[in-house]
Formats: sequence, C-alpha cells, structure tokens
Amino acid sequence: MSATAIEAPAFEPSYLKDGWTLRSWLLTTDHKRIALLYLGTITIFFFVGGIAAALIRLNLIVPEGLIPSEETYNRLFTMHGVVMVWFFLIPAVPTTLGNFIVPLMLGARDLAFPKLNLASWYLFVIAGIVVLYALFAGGVDTGWTFYTPLSTAYSKGHVVAAIAGVFIAGFSSIATGLNFIVSIHRLRAPGMTWYRLPVFLWSLYATSVILVLATPVLAMTLLLLSFERIFHIGVFDPALGGDPLLFQHLFWFYSHPAVYIMILPGFGVISEIIPAFSSKRLFGYKFVVWCSIAIAVISFLVWGHHMFVAGTSLYSALVFSILSYMVAVPSAIKVFNWIGTMHKGFIRFDAPMLYALGFIGLFTVGGLTGLFVAALAADVHLTQTYFIVAHFHYVMVGGMVSAFFAGLHYWWPKITGRMYPEMWGRAGAFIIFIGFNFTFFPQFILGYLGMPRRYHSYPPEFEVLNVLSSAGATILAVGYLLPLGYLTWSLFHGERASANPWGATGLEWKTPSPPPTDNFDETPVVNEPPYNYPPPELVERHV
Amino acid sequence: MSLWLPEATTSAPEVDHLIIAMLLISCAILALVFGLMLLYVFKYRAGSSIDRGAIAEKTWRLEIAWTVVTLLIFFGLFVWGANLYLRLFQPPPGAMKIYVIGKQWMWKVEYPGGQREIDALHVPIGRPVELVMTSEDVIHDFSVPAFRIKHDVLPGRYETLWFQADKTGTYHLFCTQLCGTGHSEMIGEVVVMSDPDYQKWLEQNGASETLAQAGQTLFMRYGCSGCHGGNGAGGNQSGSTVRAPALAGLYGSPVTLADGRIVTADDRYIRDCILAPDTQRVASYPPVMPSFAGQISEEDLLKIIAYIKSLAPESPS
Repeated sequence: MSATAIEAPAFEPSYLKDGWTLRSWLLTTDHKRIALLYLGTITIFFFVGGIAAALIRLNLIVPEGLIPSEETYNRLFTMHGVVMVWFFLIPAVPTTLGNFIVPLMLGARDLAFPKLNLASWYLFVIAGIVVLYALFAGGVDTGWTFYTPLSTAYSKGHVVAAIAGVFIAGFSSIATGLNFIVSIHRLRAPGMTWYRLPVFLWSLYATSVILVLATPVLAMTLLLLSFERIFHIGVFDPALGGDPLLFQHLFWFYSHPAVYIMILPGFGVISEIIPAFSSKRLFGYKFVVWCSIAIAVISFLVWGHHMFVAGTSLYSALVFSILSYMVAVPSAIKVFNWIGTMHKGFIRFDAPMLYALGFIGLFTVGGLTGLFVAALAADVHLTQTYFIVAHFHYVMVGGMVSAFFAGLHYWWPKITGRMYPEMWGRAGAFIIFIGFNFTFFPQFILGYLGMPRRYHSYPPEFEVLNVLSSAGATILAVGYLLPLGYLTWSLFHGERASANPWGATGLEWKTPSPPPTDNFDETPVVNEPPYNYPPPELVERHV
Repeated sequence: MSLWLPEATTSAPEVDHLIIAMLLISCAILALVFGLMLLYVFKYRAGSSIDRGAIAEKTWRLEIAWTVVTLLIFFGLFVWGANLYLRLFQPPPGAMKIYVIGKQWMWKVEYPGGQREIDALHVPIGRPVELVMTSEDVIHDFSVPAFRIKHDVLPGRYETLWFQADKTGTYHLFCTQLCGTGHSEMIGEVVVMSDPDYQKWLEQNGASETLAQAGQTLFMRYGCSGCHGGNGAGGNQSGSTVRAPALAGLYGSPVTLADGRIVTADDRYIRDCILAPDTQRVASYPPVMPSFAGQISEEDLLKIIAYIKSLAPESPS
C-alpha cells in the first residue's frame, strides 16, 4: 500500500482496495461494493433457476416425460418461475448495474441512503434463504402465480414459506426503489437538469416508481393468501365464501407492472449502449424518456389482459385489450429510436453492442407476439399454451437477460478495472442469440398447435418441436456459462482498463476505473446535453 | 409433425385469419427492423468512409409519424380481435346445453338425456352447443385447440362456452389451467359426429332416466317440494304453509328481485338461488329459504336445475 501512496499520492485507492476483510464487504455502505454483493447473489439464483430450467427441458424430450414424478416436475417449474422472477429478473439490473452506476452517473458520492441500501441486500439474502428453504425442503407445486384455491386449499407444498420469501424480497425492492427515486431527485451534480439525465437514470426512475407503488399490493395479496391457508379465513376460496378471481386481479395488478420493472432497466441499458457504439446522439431523447414514463403509468392499467378467459366481464375484456395495445406503442417507439440512432453513425461491434443488437431483435419478436395475445379472439386460442411461454421468454430472457449482459460487458471495465476478452465476449453474444432462438422459437409453433404449458407429459405429435427446443437449450446453456468463465478469468488476467475505454459520454466515465471509494475527487459539473458525441466530421479524422 | 391444426368449428377459420394477419404484419415489421439494423450496421460501420451528410436535428416529425402509424395498426387489430371475441362470448339462443364438471383430475360430462361420460365429449355436427361448466375443487380450463376455444372452469359458479362444430373427427381436450399434480393427465377427447351417428350414440348410451327425471327425485329428497310444491307450482297452492315462488315456467323468464334488479332466470341464477338464496330473493317473498351451499353436489345441482328447466309454463299442477 505504501508503494501506491508514493507513486500516486493525489489519488485515493480504488473502492476494491479500500479494505480487504470480510467485514469491510459485509458491513460496507459503499454502493459499489453492495452492487458486487448483489451481483454475486443474483448469479447464484440465476444458476439455481437455470438448473431447474435445464431439468424441465430434459423432462420434455420424450412425450411421457423423462422425470418419473409429475409432482417433481410441477415443483421444478414453480422453482424456476419463483427464483427467476423475484430473485433474478426483478433485481438484476437495478441492484447490480443500477446500484453501481446510478451515483456515478449522477456525479454523487453514494446513493441517498447508503445504510438502507445495505439493509436491502440483507433483506434480499434473507428472502432468498427462506425461498430456497421452501423449495428444497419439499417444494411448491402451484406455479409462480400461486393461483387460488389451488394454493390455499389443495396444494400440499411449502406454500407459506415460499410466499414469506417473496414477501420479504418485496421490501428489498421497495428500499431499492425508494433509494433511487430520492437519489435522482436530490443528488444530481450541478448543471445536471432533468433533460440532461442519461436515459438509464430515467428508466430506473420509472422502474422505481413502479417498485414503490406496486410491490405493496403484492405484499397484501400474499398476506391474504397466507391468512386463508393458515387460518381458513375465506378471501379467495369459494368454499369459504371467497372469490378466486379476486386473487388473480390483485396478483396481476402487481405482476403486470412487474413485467415492466424487469424490462424498463433493460431499455435504459440499451439507450446508453447504442449511442456509445454509434458515436452519435440518442435519436429522439425526449420521446425515449417520456415513453419510459408512459410505460410506467399505463402498465398499471393492463392487468386484466391476463384474464381474458378467466371469467371476467365482456366489457372489462374490451377495455383491457385496447389498453394493452396502448402500452405497446411506447415500446415500439423506442425500437424505432434506437434504429434511428444507428442511422449515419460510426458503428463499432464490441460485445456490448452485439448484445444490444441481439436485444433489439429478440425484444421486437417478443413485443410483436404480444400483439397476438392482446387481440381478444386470438388470445382465447393462444393463452395458457407454449405460445405464452415463448412470448414472455422472448421479452424477459431474449430481451432482459441480453440487456443485462450488454450492460455488464459495457460497464465491466468500470466495475472491475479490467477489460473482458473481446473475442470471447462477441462469441458469447452470438451463441446466446442462436441458442435462444433455437430454444424458444419452436415453442411459438407448439403453442399455436395447442400444447398447454406446465404439462409434465404431452401427446406424441408435439415431440419433434419439444426435442428441438431442448436441443436449443443446451446451446443456450453454453452461451450462459461462457460469460461466467471469461468474465471470472478477466478479473485476474484481463487487460487494465482506462477511465473511458469506449470513448463514451456520461459522468461514470470521468472517474478512474475502478472508481475510488468516494467516486469523484471533486464534484463534477455538467454543462452539456447527454450523449454529446463529437460530430461525425471530427470522428472521421480519428478514423 | 404437422404445422397446421384442424379447423373444426365455424369460428376457427376466423380466428386463424386474424392470427395469419398478425403474422404477416409481424413479419413485415421484423423485416423492417432487421433490414434497417443490418443495412446501417454495414453502411455506417466505423471503418466506412461513406459520406454521412448532415444529421437530422429535428426528429419530432418522424416520431409523430411512426407513433400514429403504430397506433392505427394497433387499433385495427383491437377492433378485429374484439369483434370476433364478442361473437364467441355470446351463445346463440337455442343452443344445445351440455354440462361439464371439472375435478382433480378428470372431466365429467352430463347430457340433458341423462347420458354421462368421463374425459370425453360427444357433440353433433352443425348445431350450436353451449357448455355450462363448473369445478368441484380448483380452477381448471376447458380447452379444445381444434375449436380455437378455451375458458376457465371455476369452482362455485357456472361459466359458459359455446361453439358449432363443422368437421367430424376426434380432437384433443386439454385442461390448461394448472390444477395440481395430475394436471397433464386431465386430458380427454371431443368427438364430433354426424347427426344420425350422434342420435345412435345417444341411444346406445341412454340412461334409465333423463337429467330432469333424476332431478325430480332429488327435488323431493332435498325437500324443495315442501315449499315450492310437488311439481314446482308454487308455495300456497299445494297446501304448504310457506309461501314460495312458483318454479314452473321460471327458466328463461325475467325475475324481479327484492332489491329492484330484474334478472333472467338462467342456470347461473337458479344455482345462486339454491346456494345463496339471500342474495337472489324474489320481490314480495319472505327470506325464509335456507342456503344449500355445501349440501348438494355439483352433479345433483345440475339435475335439479334440469328439472326446474323442464317445468313448462303451460302446465301448472
């Protein structure tokens, strides 16, 4: 340490070198270290959920099901859903990339409430342990949607424990959302007006609003469910005088906005990467920003589209159908704006850009198939089949997970101070794109042909497409294992990263990689619009 | 492996047309998105020295243009899908009714003639059929992909689904709402038969008594006749001390309730009257009927309703 002090007395050590003890990590209030704690935690959950997915695909390679027990199969897909939704997709971008980058982008030293930030990680870990206990002690077979009265009166699994885990994870979400909202309001660097905020911050702001407003509804719903299961208080079970559709209304009132909790941060990541690797301003900045806000608002008004065949009224179906089309408009506008950004740009093909292009492609497929299920008569045929499974995996995995990897590669030099190996990064992006389509495209056809989701066994005519899908899943698995390998390798052997390896704008690139504990030696001042990439003629001289 | 699904009802081709239209629109948009991405990626790659010219600073014209076009396409799809759904939602009058009860993990089907079967539904070709469905336990879903129809089957209430089959054959019946361990075994078949074949099938599987006849026995056994009269003629005509509404001719007629609502007496209404009479009290009658919730099985309920339905208005006592 003394050597460093002699060489560079003016600089603080990086946050990674500021303390080596376990205590300095577990009791840290540094947003950057908490981001890494989260990154480690969600990686574990991603692989737990991923192993469940692999076993699901393994079971489905033969029509009668390879896993002998239906019960086991039902527990596997419930575990896959619960873990992936609440312990990977929802926290993935906000708690890792968001935690790390938000204060840096704002020009702040930390989030507004550093201790709350640490507390939210502990809540998340406790929630995770409770859920893993429930899943491994015997499991839950209700599906991640916990529909009543199956979950309250008929399922024999550890429903209450699983619900308790999700309930606790909700508080972690709320704490993170609150922290971001306050930070973005109060901690912007001098000169950083709202319209100078990078879109990543706008997206996380919109996400946080949904987190804070929608998560309490989930908490109440799960509490009512537990009351009914434990004390037999009739809320949802018609045998006790309850209404089973009430549960679905409440559950989707949270869970549909939650879809946007998952995808909005992805939009933010892509809106950073496309301009950076096109060396061009984001096309239609204000439209992209207000589209995020519009999505956050309208997302609260579309929950009924999960219930077109559930027995709700004709009029509610009509209203929810048209609102579902409305919420698709801003997403479409964003896609057009990203493509507009590439127009006349100077496009480079580093791994983050490849992941981002993959995102645009897969998200567009996911969005377009959403139009099919928003059309009432078509939804009647397609819902509750593999078409739905394929649709949301295109959005959530093809879209969201690609965006997460895009962001992880983009900010990896900033986070670790090391470059990832570029060729491996590109190969990973390519393999994930191919493997993903190979896995999930056949499921659209399966769904149209009528194969129901959550089936342990199926009629033999669906076998070929299921085998294709499972074969694709093996490629996808390789695609996901690759980054785990080469990113870990780069921690020790990667090339040292400069402060701004991509030549990107944004305050996070104006401090060393990795940043010092206090982020900035002096508070940065902002005096230009976001994405102020040099005009093309200047860049051309460099090329 | 077939990539096409039989279209076995009158509405199936219409649903397919909608799906094909959306498929074509999606392919066009995908071609546009991927085409532009590939074009730009190649044309404007960093190493390319192509003249980029001036970059548009004002973007709002383009933004408004693609927002409006997107909105118009979406609105068209909404109207198309909703119009078709409206017709799927409302059964035509005079549809033949068949009763379906879902149960972990089987489908029980009861016909008006008293025939019953498990995990199979037989229907004639060319006649509208309305399914009246309920569940004994959790939520199930009655789905026939070849018919392009599907509806959740809920405990504690009747949901309906109608179709008119127009191709004979045997088709898959799936439960598509996760209902517990044996969910993927809750499958069966729907057999569409020509009219003569169907009549033959009904005769061969004929029961000793029709649903309504079985209902008459139950009507006595559960004590309904004590107040409503031996043949549903009404309370004070058959020497009963309690005044209760007449049931003959009730089915399908409007009823004025004590709270002022006017409802049509369909299966759903009669079911609610039996299980929760307080919520459905008929105007000018005292609230004396006890609830039968939890005392009558779903199958018996169907029979009693079939009996009440069979009480024609012209034949009082």
